[in-house]
Amino acid sequence: MLSQRTIETLVGLFLLAVIISLITLAFKVSGLTTFFNQEGYTVTAAFDDIGQLRTRGSVKIGGVTVGEVTNIAIDPASYKAVVTMRINANTGDIPVDSSASILTAGLLGDNYIAITPMYSKDFLKNGSMIEETHSAMILEKLIGQFLFSVSHPGEVSQNEKSPEKNPN
Amino acid sequence: MNNLVEMSQLGFQRQNRTIFHDIDIAIPQGKITAIMGPSGSGKTTLLRLIGGQLQATQGRVLVKNQDITRLNRRELYALRKRMGMLFQTGGLFTHLTVFENVAFPLREHTQLSENMIRSAVLMKLEMVGLRGARNLMPNELSGGMARRVALARAIALDPDLIMYDEPFSGQDPISMGVLVKLIRTLNDALGLTTIIVSHDVPETLGISDYAYVISDGNIIGKGTPESIAHDNSPQLQQFLTGLPDGPVPFHYPAHTLEQDILGQKSGEPS
Amino acid sequence: MITHSIAALGRLGIDILRSQGKAGLLLYGAIFRVPSIRKGFPLVIQQIYATGVLSLLIIIVSGLFIGMVVALQGYHTLAKFGASQQLGPLVALSVVRELGPVVTALLFAGRAGSALAAEIGLMKATDQLSSMEMMAVDPLQRVIAPRFWGGSISMPLLTIIFNITAIYGAYLVGVKWLGLDAGAFWSNMQSAVDFHADILNGIYKSIVFGIVVTWIALYQGYEAAPTSAGIANATTRTVVYSSLAVLGLDFVLTAMMIGGW
Repeated sequence: MLSQRTIETLVGLFLLAVIISLITLAFKVSGLTTFFNQEGYTVTAAFDDIGQLRTRGSVKIGGVTVGEVTNIAIDPASYKAVVTMRINANTGDIPVDSSASILTAGLLGDNYIAITPMYSKDFLKNGSMIEETHSAMILEKLIGQFLFSVSHPGEVSQNEKSPEKNPN
Repeated sequence: MNNLVEMSQLGFQRQNRTIFHDIDIAIPQGKITAIMGPSGSGKTTLLRLIGGQLQATQGRVLVKNQDITRLNRRELYALRKRMGMLFQTGGLFTHLTVFENVAFPLREHTQLSENMIRSAVLMKLEMVGLRGARNLMPNELSGGMARRVALARAIALDPDLIMYDEPFSGQDPISMGVLVKLIRTLNDALGLTTIIVSHDVPETLGISDYAYVISDGNIIGKGTPESIAHDNSPQLQQFLTGLPDGPVPFHYPAHTLEQDILGQKSGEPS
Repeated sequence: MITHSIAALGRLGIDILRSQGKAGLLLYGAIFRVPSIRKGFPLVIQQIYATGVLSLLIIIVSGLFIGMVVALQGYHTLAKFGASQQLGPLVALSVVRELGPVVTALLFAGRAGSALAAEIGLMKATDQLSSMEMMAVDPLQRVIAPRFWGGSISMPLLTIIFNITAIYGAYLVGVKWLGLDAGAFWSNMQSAVDFHADILNGIYKSIVFGIVVTWIALYQGYEAAPTSAGIANATTRTVVYSSLAVLGLDFVLTAMMIGGW
């Protein structure tokens, strides 16, 4: 029968091992960069089609994660999908004429928002809206486009993608 | 002479079987009272009714003038601190040493310092003659020694009432003699009230001041050991003298021998 | 004849309800009759030692082997699709979401649960619990409650250790043996595993499993018949009922979690 002191020490070591494991799990296995909600500012963008984008999807600039999607909703007036995202505070300033596209991570990966910065001297603030957006690429439409262009060389189809401007 | 325990018109049923019906038992204070009877007559149940582990279905159980059936948990526990019970199996905690077992009630219910607890435990162990065994574990003790340790634990808080459940069963003559001496000495030296539940007639009657004999849920005899020994009731006499046949028959109910062997009938008798 | 069977069925139903009621009362007594912190805390520590620390060996060994096997099997299947760099996410998600909580719970039921049931059953059979009662000490407070808290706390802790050893085992097989790139292994894993949805949900599952397994073990031990056959039955029943409960609850919890809650 071990003494009470020994038992307490062993239990303490057990708990220590568990805490270290939990921290390792959190940061090495799940890539948790921060446990608390970072400060940042909110930016919106409207898309025709968001594809597989979900809330908590990443927002990246040049492949580097700078924020995440916080909300997706339909604008009842224009029937576009309005995506609200939070940009982390420690990201630099983003010019107001930057474009936002929905890309796919790898071949089978999830969708994320990629912001391509442009040249304006005005920067996005809390509540700004990104004007230039590119919707997600839908495979069926691509195939449709391809078949159309094969059978009608030289013509432009109704569905061909071009940069969209928002009415405001 | 006042009674420490009074059970009046006691009734108890378990699973549609009536164990007791309208029984009156009084345990006088400061004396050794024996409750005897054949196996299965409900003697241990009586102890549990007194200790509050079971609830009587009818009647009252008064312990120190408090109705045990009416007490709430806190009051019941306060009353139990004044009682000690020695179980048939001893009931020692197997993960504690002899010393720790006897110290357990002291640690739980008193604020005594370690030194005082040590003195008290050693004194109790001295009373049962096992002071030298204080660092043994229960599985290193013989049956008789384990019972003596359990006895020391039962008197650790200096109770007013002590109950023994079959203390002599399965003991060799020497251990039996030791226990008999201990029960009598402790009762007189500490001013206890003692209840012994047993079916060892000679030993129990030898040290009791008063006895009840129970069979089939009824009291078939009560009084001092001398008056019981002279009681002529056949049931009582069969139990006291150990006759194999009498009011409690030797043969389990069956057909006559000729019928069974000659195969004229089978199954239950009519 | 038919009325006999129906009556027997009715009796069975009533018996099941009665034992559920008794189990519920036992749980209530264990949770709400809390002993004083000063007295109860060392008892709980003792029980965390008995159920947790003493189970560490089997948990670590099992975790290591399970991680290695999942990595080995997963690699060969993924390699057919040219997706072998997804081995990290495969192992991490399987372990953290399902294998960790469930396998730990089953091992816990077999090792600690059966030990608890046997211990309580034996204490009951040798009148230790009755003696405690007669000494005005509540056995629910002193014996049952610390074991309940000890078991419920140990289970999530053991699950975390299982998870980490399994992932380490997968790392050993995948990177050291099969030659995957360590950087790809860890970074793919990190982007696929979400702390809240995957790791924390797995831990919530293990908390629920811990409570259920400990409760079943304590109840079976407490209600065991005071014979050696009775205690053996109680131990067997503990392992069987706990395992079934864990697997059933796993399905329910997974269904709740997968929708996103």
